[in-house]
Amino acid sequence: MKGTKNELDLDPSEFTEGDDCQPEIKSLNELSPEMKEELRRVGLMVEAEQSAGTYLQQDQSVSFCQERSANVEVMPIQAALDKHEWLGREYSWNVVPRDLDQYTEDAAKVEKVQGYFIRSLAGHIEKAPVQTCLYMRGGGSKQVVHNIIIAEEGSEMNIVTGCAAQHGISRALHEGISEFYVKKNAKITFTMIHEWEEGIEVRPRSAIYLEEGAQFINNYVILKPVKAIQSNPIAYLKGDNSRVLFQTMVFGKEKSYIDVGSRAILDGRNTSAEMITRAIATDASTIIARGLITGNGDNAKGHLECRGMILSNDARIDSIPELDASNTEVDITHEAAVGKIAQEEIQYLQARGATEDEATSMIINGFLSFDFSELPPEIAKETQRIIDITMDAS
Amino acid sequence: MIPEAIEATKLKEKQTMLHIENLTVSVGNGGSRKAILKDLNLHISEGEVHVLFGPNGSGKSTLVSAILGLPGYNVERGTIKFKGQDITGMSIDERVNMGIGVVFQYPPAIRGIKLNDIANLALKRKSHEVATETRSLASRLNVDQFLQRDVNLGFSGGEKKRSEVMQIMLQDPDFLLLDEPDSGVDVENVQLLGNELSEFLQREEIPNKRRKAGLIITHLGFMLNYIDTDRAHVMCEGNLLCSGKPKEILDAILENGFDKCVKTCLVNTQEQEVEQS
Ligand SMILES: Nc1ncnc2c1ncn2[C@@H]1O[C@H](COP(=O)(O)OP(=O)(O)OP(=O)(O)O)[C@@H](O)[C@H]1O
Ligand SMILES: [Mg+2]
Repeated sequence: MKGTKNELDLDPSEFTEGDDCQPEIKSLNELSPEMKEELRRVGLMVEAEQSAGTYLQQDQSVSFCQERSANVEVMPIQAALDKHEWLGREYSWNVVPRDLDQYTEDAAKVEKVQGYFIRSLAGHIEKAPVQTCLYMRGGGSKQVVHNIIIAEEGSEMNIVTGCAAQHGISRALHEGISEFYVKKNAKITFTMIHEWEEGIEVRPRSAIYLEEGAQFINNYVILKPVKAIQSNPIAYLKGDNSRVLFQTMVFGKEKSYIDVGSRAILDGRNTSAEMITRAIATDASTIIARGLITGNGDNAKGHLECRGMILSNDARIDSIPELDASNTEVDITHEAAVGKIAQEEIQYLQARGATEDEATSMIINGFLSFDFSELPPEIAKETQRIIDITMDAS
Repeated sequence: MIPEAIEATKLKEKQTMLHIENLTVSVGNGGSRKAILKDLNLHISEGEVHVLFGPNGSGKSTLVSAILGLPGYNVERGTIKFKGQDITGMSIDERVNMGIGVVFQYPPAIRGIKLNDIANLALKRKSHEVATETRSLASRLNVDQFLQRDVNLGFSGGEKKRSEVMQIMLQDPDFLLLDEPDSGVDVENVQLLGNELSEFLQREEIPNKRRKAGLIITHLGFMLNYIDTDRAHVMCEGNLLCSGKPKEILDAILENGFDKCVKTCLVNTQEQEVEQS
């Protein structure tokens, strides 16, 4: 059967570690115009002026890292481990276990692994985004990244992260470990744009720990072909009144195999999880959209929504929702709908003067849209800007 | 001749807007193919507004679909000419660009497309300030609060109709097909829509100056209290069996039902034919 577990089960040791000899740059202006253009497409403001901080990693080299705000710390993970002795002890390999699977085990073995450390300071609210980019140039066939993100009590931040690879890069593996800690009444908005290449295997392993009143909003966008992605972040809502929102937008193209989802364990009282997925499958792509909500705490609420559109006979969308309640006081629901593009909708837009092609792309663009009503307006605007750029480019 | 006189004679030559001849339209394919419209004839000149009555399922919306060119409505025989040109092979948008506009009986909801996005489609074909036009039309038709909502998604019956009329007025077609614009609309909104449409269809002008044409499908004729119309037809089982003055036909239907209306109508038509021969 197409897409059995074996296909996604790789042996990371078959891939060679990426090189760490990319030169460090003083300013993003030193990048070539082509590189700047690629980074722009995954949401980076190359001018960097309006950001609260920037981190750029190419293969295993930190090319650029800059802090621009007194509200947040942005630094390479190794520098952060040196600076804060508590970081290694309390946060590293904590919410993501070392022995989760072959990828985490492999990443844990890498000495001096690279990645970013981002921390918003207690009580500080940073409106400008912190931007990061993980770029694969094909020096070696494996990029290993370990990120730790902490929002201290009462703080807020907005992170935009773009993942991209040099055009034409052959078979390669991206292993990304991300550990998020959202403290009491803190909030993280995390927007991730994936723009890989056809040969790339992507295995992120992410987990989020939420304290009382904490919020985590995740926007995930995949619009370009990839070999295979397997991503299924897990959020532990330990604190009362904490909440998560996962919005995922996937456009499967060519032979991409995209297995994405999110999980939320609602342990605290009055916790809530919302997962919204929009998937479009074209060509011979496969999209598996997973969602798991486990309700344990009193008055936990969860909603899972997946809408899929299949544009080709060789494409496939599989929606796999799982709801699990261990408490009578929980309310968890799901709705899923997968189908073809509605001819009636195309005809309606044609009746308003659009050509068939214009109508089709209007419907696709509209279908692949996030609801930003929950986000602060400036963050919503910025996120929409990034998505528009990525959409236009693909 | 003085210029006004030349103008006046020119205005008298009314162009044909819609000319349908011996039209048979079927739906479905293979064994389930079924003729819905049978050998139908209809002629509407510019400046004229006609009314179409007929029982549920008689084929009124099918006629609209066929004129608009919706796929699935197969023209088996006959022709549909618009402004003198055979449009049977044209795509929907080509017909729309020629000046056909439709207010749908059941417009679909589209997720992710805002009413305002559709209003902006009109921008492409018009040079003037559509943004301001959208705003003023939207406020006149009381749909301002829906501009930023997904089109028709969760709109009430009457809201859908007002949104349809707003879209079509922005589109500014020469020939307007209105499929039950008054069904499910409250009395005040029927008046609002009726007055707007009457002005749009230039019914306030003297007949010679009217250019727009239309076909209004209605069951109870509420709209006709606000829009003066020229002629009415009754559709039965896919054919127009009866034509005449809108008020008389509506009264006959309301009083005696479709069957009787059509029967007396047929008698009259036969009498006329006898008289003529
Ligand atoms: N796509 C289709 N497939 C099958 N049957 C159809 C299709 N479209 C219309 N019909 C049938 O054709 C007949 C005429 O339908 P139509 O919608 O034109 O009626 P109508 O006169 O508009 O009725 P109403 O007053 O209820 O709106 C009905 O019996 C309907 O079921
Ligand atoms: Mg109808």
